[in-house]
Order: sequence, then C-alpha cells, then structure tokens
Amino acid sequence: MTNIVENLTPLDFKRVSKKKKTTSISRPSLSYWEDAWIRLMSNKRSLVSLSIIIFLIFFTLLGPIIWNVDPSGQDLDQLSSPPGADRGAILVEAYMPWDGLSITKNNSSEGLKDFYDLGATEYINVEGFPSTQYVRLSWNKIIGASGYRIYRNKFDPGSDNSLGLPMADILTAEEISFEDRLNLEPGEYWYSIAALDSLGRESNQYKKIAVRVSRAISIPEAIEKGIITQTSQVAIGDTIYLKFHPLGTDYLGRDMLSRLMHGARVSLFIGVLAPIFFVILGVFYGSIAGFIGGKVDQFLMRFADFVVALPFLLFMILFKIAFGIGPGESGVIPMLLALVLLSWPATARLVRGQILQIRGEGYILASQLLGAKTYFLILRHMIPNTIGVILVTLTFAIPSVIFVEAFLSFIGMGVVPPTPSWGSMCNEGLQTMLNHPHEIIFPASLISITVLAFNLLGDGLRDALDAKMRSKE
Amino acid sequence: MLKYTIKRIIQGIVTVWFIATVTFIAMHSVPGDPLTGERGMSEEIRQNLEQKYGLDKPILEQYIIYMGNMIKGDFGISFTQQNRSVNDIIREHFPVSATLGILSIVFAALGGVLWGALTAIYRNRLPDVVVMFLVIFGISVPSFVIAAMSQLILVNINTSFGFSILPVAGWGTISHMLVPSLVLGLGTMAFLTRLMRSSMLEVVNADYIRTAYSKGLPAQRIFLKHQLRNAILPVITVIGPAIASITTGGFVVELVFAIPGLGRFFVQAVQQLDYTVIMGTTVFYGAFLVFMVIIVDLIYGLVDPRVRLE
Repeated sequence: MTNIVENLTPLDFKRVSKKKKTTSISRPSLSYWEDAWIRLMSNKRSLVSLSIIIFLIFFTLLGPIIWNVDPSGQDLDQLSSPPGADRGAILVEAYMPWDGLSITKNNSSEGLKDFYDLGATEYINVEGFPSTQYVRLSWNKIIGASGYRIYRNKFDPGSDNSLGLPMADILTAEEISFEDRLNLEPGEYWYSIAALDSLGRESNQYKKIAVRVSRAISIPEAIEKGIITQTSQVAIGDTIYLKFHPLGTDYLGRDMLSRLMHGARVSLFIGVLAPIFFVILGVFYGSIAGFIGGKVDQFLMRFADFVVALPFLLFMILFKIAFGIGPGESGVIPMLLALVLLSWPATARLVRGQILQIRGEGYILASQLLGAKTYFLILRHMIPNTIGVILVTLTFAIPSVIFVEAFLSFIGMGVVPPTPSWGSMCNEGLQTMLNHPHEIIFPASLISITVLAFNLLGDGLRDALDAKMRSKE
Repeated sequence: MLKYTIKRIIQGIVTVWFIATVTFIAMHSVPGDPLTGERGMSEEIRQNLEQKYGLDKPILEQYIIYMGNMIKGDFGISFTQQNRSVNDIIREHFPVSATLGILSIVFAALGGVLWGALTAIYRNRLPDVVVMFLVIFGISVPSFVIAAMSQLILVNINTSFGFSILPVAGWGTISHMLVPSLVLGLGTMAFLTRLMRSSMLEVVNADYIRTAYSKGLPAQRIFLKHQLRNAILPVITVIGPAIASITTGGFVVELVFAIPGLGRFFVQAVQQLDYTVIMGTTVFYGAFLVFMVIIVDLIYGLVDPRVRLE
C-alpha cells in the first residue's frame, strides 16, 4: 500500500486529454419523431394510404374549383345517365302541336285505312321523326272497334302479353293517332294498340311496333341551356353534344362528379373535425381525472361510463334532432355536436390510463425531486409520452366517424337535401340501383376507399409511434 | 362472485335510469310535441288530448309519472299508432331484431374465431394473405353498401336462374334470415378475425405450447386445448360491445331488406316525435345492452380462471 502511494508522481495527477473518447456513437441519434417518420415511410401500406389521403384532400379542396359545376343543378336531358353514355342529340324544330289523324265522314281520303283489319302488316305507322320530343303514331281503323288503348313498354311484349304502361284510352273509333310525350328517354320502346269495344272492354288482340327513340333538342331549348349560342352555325338535323358529365348523372340529372366532390366536403369535414374536437375534449377530461385522482377521478370516470352505455346510434339520431335544423341549413353542425357529445369517453379513458401510468414512472419522481413544477411535468413528460397514442386514436376515429355520417345520411337522418354527402348519395342510389348501378357504386366505393386509407394509415402510425402497441406482423 | 354480480346489477340499473333521463331531456328539448303534426285540430281537442296524454302537466311531473310507470314495466301508449301500447310494439318487433342480431353474432363469432385461427396457423402464406385482404375489405365497406350490393347480386342470380333461390327482401323463413344476418355480421366478423389472429399469434410461440409439443401431445389436441382456448379469451371480452353495435347497427340492414324490426319504429318515432315510442325503445335497447355486457363479463370470469371478479 505505502509503495503505491510513494510511487505516485505528479504526472499521475495530470489531466487526461479531453479528446480521448472512451465510447462513440457510430450513427446520428434520432429523435422519437424522426424514428417514427422513418418507420412510417418504410411501410408500403401506409405510404399508399397516405397518398390516397393526399389525393382525397386535393379532390375535396381543389376539385370543385377545377370542375366548377353546381352539385344541385339539374340536367333534365340526362337523367341517370351512366358515365360514358351517348351525349349526342339531334337538333329538331321547336315543338308544334299536332292535331292527330282521324277519320271523319267528310274526310274520305283518310278513310282508305278503314278497310284494313288487324291482320294487315303495316298496321301501325310512325308519323314524323320519333325522338325524345315526341313519338307520333297512327294506325288503321279496326272494324268493329269503338276505341283504342295504347300501351308502352321498354321490352318486347312477347308471348306473355306484357304490354307495359297504359298510355291512353281513345274512346272513338275515328281517332286513329296518338302522340306520346311522357318522359321519353333515348332508347327502344314497344308500343301496342288494343281495340276496345263499345262497352270499353279490351279485346285480347293487339298490334305492336318497336320504335327507336333518339334524343332530340330544339334550337331554342339548346340556346336556353347554353349548349349552343345564338351565333352558332347549326341546322336542323345536326347532332350536337349535351353537357359532359364524366361520372354520369343521378336520378335527378345532377352531375355525379360535382356531387361527389361536394359530398366529400361534408363527409371529410365531419370526419376530420369531429374526431379532433372529441379527442381534445377527451384529453382534457381524461388528464383532469388522471391528475387529480381520488373522488374526483371516480366521479368523472363513472360519468364517462354512463355516456358509454348510451346506445350510440339511437342517441346520435335523438341528439341530432334535438339540436334542430333551421331552414336552409345542411344539418352538418348538429351532427358534429352530437358526435362530439357521444364519442369523447373512449379517448378520456385512454388518456387517463396513460397519465396514471406515467405518473408512477421513476422519471417523473426523479424530475419532481429535481424540483420540476407541475406544468413542466405536463409539458416535458406527459404530453410527449401520450401524444403518440392520441394521434393513433385520432387516425382511427376518422374512419369510424365517416362511417357514422354515411350511416345517418343513408337512413335519411343525416344531412338535409339537396346538400350532398356520400351517405345520402348512397341512399339515393339505392332506389335506382337495379337499373343504374353507377349511382350507388361511386359514392360507396369512395366511402370504402377513404375508410380503408385511414385505417391503414392508423395501423402504420400505431406501428411507428407506439412500441407497446406495435402489431406482431 | 355473488357480491360482484349484485354490484354490477345495481350499477346497471343506475345506468338504465341515466339513459332514460337523458332520453327524456333530449326528447323534450326538440321543438314541438307529438300533437304538432295533427292537422285542423281545434284548441279544445288539443287541450283534451294534452290532458289525456298528460302533456299539460309541468315537465318535472311528467317525468316523475313516466318513471313511475316505467318501474312498473308500462311504457305507455303510442301517440301515432292508434291504441297500440309501446309494450306491444316491443313484444311484436323486438324478437325479429333479436333473431337477426343473434344469428349475426353467432355467425360473426364462429367465423371470426375460425378465420383468425386459420390465418395465424398459415401465417404469411396464401390463406392468410387472402383472408386478411377480405378482412380489410370487411372493415372498410359500410354495412349498408354490402347490404345493397348483396341484394343486387341476389336479384341477378335469381333472374339468371329464372326462379327465386334466396328471397331478396322480407322476413319469415330461415331463407329470409340467411343473407341479412350474414351481411350484418360481416363487419364484426372481420374485426374478430383480426383480434383472434393477433391473440393466436401471441399464443403460438408461448412456452407452454413448446412444452406441450415436447411431451408429445398430438397437434390437434394442442390446437384445441391449448392454443384455441387461450387465444379465444380476448375475443369473448369484445363480444359484449359487439352485441351493442350489431343490435343498433341492425336497422340499416332492416331498412334495406325490409325486415319488420324495432329499429325502423325508432327512426319513425323520432321523425314524428312519438314520445312514448322513443322512450320505450331507447330504454329497452339501453337496458338490453347494459345487461348483455354484464352477462358477458360474468361469463368471462367463468371461462378465465385468472380473472377474479371483485
């Protein structure tokens, strides 16, 4: 022992050079957020969903500026037209009333037709050009008939005599013409004419004719609708093109693309704002409960339990009605309020749990021992340690809120018409689904894609932000 | 155990009271009353009707009277459907909703457990990839879209065969119930599949599974007795809330498939502000859900000996 002490020289007490490193960090250190970002970006699924969400934001914000079409404006010439439908319309003369044909006693030249019977081949004639403006039919008088009944069908009546919609009864045998102007759409129609006897009974014999109806528009109409201008060089018989609807129109002739864009504004507005509000509310509530603890905590959490126990959808409807909708409002704000009032407890519970957990951690005690004040604890420790979980909750809340909005609008308890939302568009599309499936397919797939994107992003964020919740893939 | 059960039941009763009170307040804060919609009603008739239904009394008194009747199990008479008591409406239409709900829960639970176990066993292989893709689809597509689409497909199948294989809408026979309950259960099934898969993956590599293999147990027995039984526990906990979401989510499916369930009455009642029907259906649903959750929790305690109910 003494030897060592004696052997020490002043040199041994010289300071070691500062430059001498014992350990070194070979890679740059990453903050929590940098690490999370790298993880998120290396996840293919979240990248895809992120780009879908960015696209949706552009679709919602810039879409209506680029495609500036009124979502409630009706194009009555194109009702329920699917995307890519023929837009051609033939220019015709303005509509002129038609007197029709009849056999009168002093009009013997028309009376020639009198001698044909039901067996004749050229029984029904189409007078003029059959178009959506009008279809004019004339036929030969049936001997013994004292009237006619005209039917219209979209299909060939065939052998089972499905004549379709009765259009008119003509109660004199002399009148042998009929003009149809009822909701004509371009396409093929089958007209049938059956004879009526003097008591108005229908004979079981009928004659049918297939008429190919073209879309027609008169020049004044076309000018009024802004398809052509006063100075356009057009002539009767020219084909002009009606307004372009990239995704077709709905059953009221409203532009689908424009409605989808404006509907996205409603759906995403609620979908993003409601979760932000109720997550903030939940964070406050939960952190107050977690921080104060004791009786207050118990009381607050019991109340949260009550709110959880309310049947969610029933109360969404009830609250939405209770907040009331004034005339001319879209009903978005009551829905938002109802969502916030009913959805906060889940976040509150989560945050309270997190706060309680963090409060017991050693580093909080250490920080307190070093003299940290409450606000410092909150800012430095509590918030950074819970923000990841909160962010993940927020991302998962967005798709579920979009679901709820769509659901309510679907059962007719959501936004008020004519405000479009994806859910109400689905509801309207359901009515015409069998004949015009595009009206439900577009909004339905947009809802699904949006929900899918937010769900996948939520998965990715959870994996990136929260080591404890990381899924075991 | 008994003490815990009693405590939970008391809590449940308080919760039902809370639900009833909130409904009462929300309902009466809607402008107008059930008589507003009646046309051409003279002042005398209105007063008489108000007297008959007790609407002329102060709101607090109405509340106390209603609560008193509710405790006796009397939900009152509907305002809009003549002489029909709310109890009758519930008795007639709730069984329909419940049948639909139970069928879809059974379907969702069986499917979820089965698919979840399957995907975990075939992890990262073809069955897993395919099923997980379908699961994402099931979670992302709203039930009303699936309902509408399945109806569209059914119509096409029926017309192509020339006769009705499965009815497109309506209620009555087993064949009516099949498609709606499948559609209603699909979302929950997807959710349960996901849950089951992750809990199964946790179990697959556990020590006791390795022990079981090393002592030479057949794989089948390990799967049934050790893996499935342990992995199924988290699934049971979410069945309670799942019942809640299925029974209330049912009314979209009821709407699309024209099923005479209770949900439709609720929507109608809210539109017409039929006080008694709103109160009756909400309180009934609320009580049903609260006690379902309690029952599921109690079952959980029986299934998992590690959980002690206190």
